[in-house]
Amino acid sequence: MSIPNDRKYSESHEWYLLEGDVVTMGITQFAADELTDITYVELPEPGAQVEAGEPCGELESVKATSDLTCAVGGEVLERNEELADEPEKINEDAFNVGWMLKIRVADLSQLEKLMDAAAYEKHTEEA
Amino acid sequence: MPVMYRGIIEEHNYTRTAASLFDVSHMGRLHFVGEDVEACLQRLCTRNLADMDVGQCRYGHICREDGGVLDDVIVSRDADRWMMVCNASNREKITAWITRHTAGQKFEMTDTTVATAMLAIQGPVARDECNRLLPFDVKSIRRYRFLSGTYMTFGYVIFRSGYTGEDGFEIVVPAKAVPLLAPRLFGDDSGGANTPIKPGGLGARDTLRLEAGMPLYGHELTEAWDPLTAGQSWCVDLEKDFIGAEAMRRIRDAGPKRTVVGLELEGRRTARQGYEVCSGNGVVGKVTSGCLSPTLGKSIAMALVSTDVADEGRELQVDFNGKRTVCEVVKLPFYRRAKT
Repeated sequence: MSIPNDRKYSESHEWYLLEGDVVTMGITQFAADELTDITYVELPEPGAQVEAGEPCGELESVKATSDLTCAVGGEVLERNEELADEPEKINEDAFNVGWMLKIRVADLSQLEKLMDAAAYEKHTEEA
Repeated sequence: MPVMYRGIIEEHNYTRTAASLFDVSHMGRLHFVGEDVEACLQRLCTRNLADMDVGQCRYGHICREDGGVLDDVIVSRDADRWMMVCNASNREKITAWITRHTAGQKFEMTDTTVATAMLAIQGPVARDECNRLLPFDVKSIRRYRFLSGTYMTFGYVIFRSGYTGEDGFEIVVPAKAVPLLAPRLFGDDSGGANTPIKPGGLGARDTLRLEAGMPLYGHELTEAWDPLTAGQSWCVDLEKDFIGAEAMRRIRDAGPKRTVVGLELEGRRTARQGYEVCSGNGVVGKVTSGCLSPTLGKSIAMALVSTDVADEGRELQVDFNGKRTVCEVVKLPFYRRAKT
């Protein structure tokens, strides 16, 4: 499984792709595979504020329900509305069509604390 | 058995449309011989076993004196012995309980779990495939009956029973015979035997049994309540004297205060064990199991609720960590296979 080099990763298996001051986030393919069939995703609405390190949504899979945490704080600009009816898109392609939120990040230094692709790959091997 | 091989939903759907093989070898398998066996089992089990034929099996429970369920089991009568299948997680507890309550009786128990394996093949094509692949006349086995015998050097028992709501068999053989038997019984996309049977895991097993309205020990059945409360009065013979019967007669006469019901929830969220069930502002019960039903495409759950809100059609809510989702009490099972 290839881990895209163009983004950063958290220990709780989300990815963050920075373009300008907008971060697109999702969960990694590793996380999606671990969860197995995702049946429901709850995400904050555009306009909502998310706080770094705090749960901002929920992911339900056949196996379990888990919190979605966002490592960066800011305003939600967009959310992937396709996931409401087709949450399985995350399992299909977590890094692309399975994207979850676009956030205008207040403090870009929060991204520096995250892992790069190589460090994240090592993290998944240890998991 | 792992949680899944290819995917829980995929394996679930495959079981309903073709056939899956589940390795349930972890379950407890006990044999009993001796003059007092039938009397002892009658004393231990809720189900009436007296009129069972050789070759027949029955589902029931083993309870405490207060009616709390220790395990749900399947008891079978063979020509030269009786057999019991119990949950893996309760095997130690049950064998200790049986030993304690048969002390001094002409009753000998052998725990054959480790020396044997059990493979469950379930699905609409299970019977035809097993008949084709196995050197036994499985077509002749009726529901809740079994065939036992010796093949080459090993003894086998083939039960026509299961835990998925589909037809199929549960096959018990010595552990040593599995390398001989198993490769005949399933194929997959990368080769293997020429059969549509594919392996299925624990995850699919749980969604399948839940759709079929079947209880899972630790969820719908626990030591904290009795089988009547769990909705299983159909297999409890209160005319018989068994451990727990007196307490259960009192519960029957007063009417159980709580009942296990089926719920159909709005939306697609999955209710989990422990979520509160509410009516108006009050908590009326707790979810015992839940899933997004792959076959029905609805969120379903079983819950233990106050009997006064257990009527079919009653609207309740499930509390998802503060957010309420509307649900309706429905009759079990959620799914019934088509009769063929």
